[in-house]
Amino acid sequence: MKKFFAKLYIWILLVVLYAPLVFIAIFSFTESKVLGSWEGFSTKLYQNLLTGQMQGNASLLAAVKNTLLIALVAAAVATLLGTIAAIGIHHLKGRTKKAVTFLNNIPMINPDIITGVSLFLLFVFLHFSQGYLTVILAHITFCTPYAVLSVMPKLQQMNPNIYEAALDLGATPSQALRKVLVPQLKPGMVSGFILAFTMSLDDFAVTFFTRGTIGLDTLSTYIYTDARKGGLTPELRPLMTLIFLVILILLIIINVRQDRLQKQNQNR
Amino acid sequence: MSKRSTWSIPYVVFLVFFVVLPLVLVMVYAFQDAQGHFTLENIGKFFTDRDALSTFAVSIEVALENTALCILLGYPAAWILANKQYNKSAVTIVLFIMPMWINALMRTLATAQLFTMLGITLGKGTLLFGMVYDYLPFMIYPIYNVLAKMDKSYAEAAVDLGATPWTAFWKVTVPLSMPGVMSGILMVFMPTVSTFAISEFLTNNKIKLFGTIIQENINSSMWNYGAALAFVMLIIIGITTLFEKDKEEAEGGLI
Repeated sequence: MKKFFAKLYIWILLVVLYAPLVFIAIFSFTESKVLGSWEGFSTKLYQNLLTGQMQGNASLLAAVKNTLLIALVAAAVATLLGTIAAIGIHHLKGRTKKAVTFLNNIPMINPDIITGVSLFLLFVFLHFSQGYLTVILAHITFCTPYAVLSVMPKLQQMNPNIYEAALDLGATPSQALRKVLVPQLKPGMVSGFILAFTMSLDDFAVTFFTRGTIGLDTLSTYIYTDARKGGLTPELRPLMTLIFLVILILLIIINVRQDRLQKQNQNR
Repeated sequence: MSKRSTWSIPYVVFLVFFVVLPLVLVMVYAFQDAQGHFTLENIGKFFTDRDALSTFAVSIEVALENTALCILLGYPAAWILANKQYNKSAVTIVLFIMPMWINALMRTLATAQLFTMLGITLGKGTLLFGMVYDYLPFMIYPIYNVLAKMDKSYAEAAVDLGATPWTAFWKVTVPLSMPGVMSGILMVFMPTVSTFAISEFLTNNKIKLFGTIIQENINSSMWNYGAALAFVMLIIIGITTLFEKDKEEAEGGLI
């Protein structure tokens, strides 16, 4: 009985949580301009989206491209910078280590509007014209701490003697780095990259304050401007549904693989 | 070995330039007038501006209510998910996190539209519902993490020593899970105060939160007043983080 109520509670929460997403998915199959009014089944919005033929709304596709490009560049740089930084911080001691860790925590504690406004003021102060570069720099700023925190545990788990052994056996420091250190840090780097990538994809406020006035849009700012104008581009509905499906399939694959790995380990 | 520590230098320089300097600039702009002279006028303006003050009060109130609701709804969910008796697969927790990968603005707009369709007027109620909807996963996940890693034998020992399961839960499990709750509060409270788009969409612009007035001032080139408002927020962040004593332990968040 207890078990029944526990399961029921979880399911109610999940149904409520997914209701808006299902709502979007259902209404992606009708042509109506407004979300919520049903004008018969149609796959026209999907066709429009996939062929790029939208009535004056080609900027949606540009926004999707910008979002992906910015997230890829920001996540890649954040992972590289964060990994190098993590190795450095790992070897720091005492107060210096505490101070740097504290600095690294600031962007994560700050709400995104503070990050956005403060970086906006920085670029204004430096007379830096805002656009792609400022948005990417801003994204690197709030993504790198997550990369650092993903790599740190791997460094702590690592046996430092292995690296020393490689050096003793005649490896140059750069060889030891490539052949010994990096392979061991790789899982942390991968999860840091994924975390940074998703943070960047989902960002709205920081992009909003650092994109300047050149008309640069990511998916978030596009949706914001669109909604403020009073109507969402209908093609957003199939786009969101497709994104949702891709994530769902990815997660299922990852989980099935993890389950298999676990079972293999148990059988051994 | 010590040579490796120099590897942190590029990132430290980066942090000083892109994190510390911008925050210093927030303070500088907050205490300057448009001509760049020192003034207390911006901060003074906030404390005498009725609109700003009431927006501030409403934001804190909504954030407190949202945080409380998230704990109330999220803690039982995290407990059930972390309990092997009720939940055997890790997939369920993934299901709770997955909506976060869909653009938050789009989800919020759909929620608002859903309310309108159901004939519910947009206002305080829908604002709170939408906020809980957006932030609940941020509360469930850190609590779940702490509960899942927790050594169950403590609670079992309490029961063996004569405590009822209920007492054992309140006196053992809950105190041990506090780091997760604290981490959840950090991830829910401040972000709620500072949201701007979400509150506009969920109330049809009827209720403004603090983030909205910061954004309005910055966007209408009132940088100094906007910076002063951001500075007020920074002070509150400073105070809330003081409550969290042991950062290392509370790191069970999404991080």
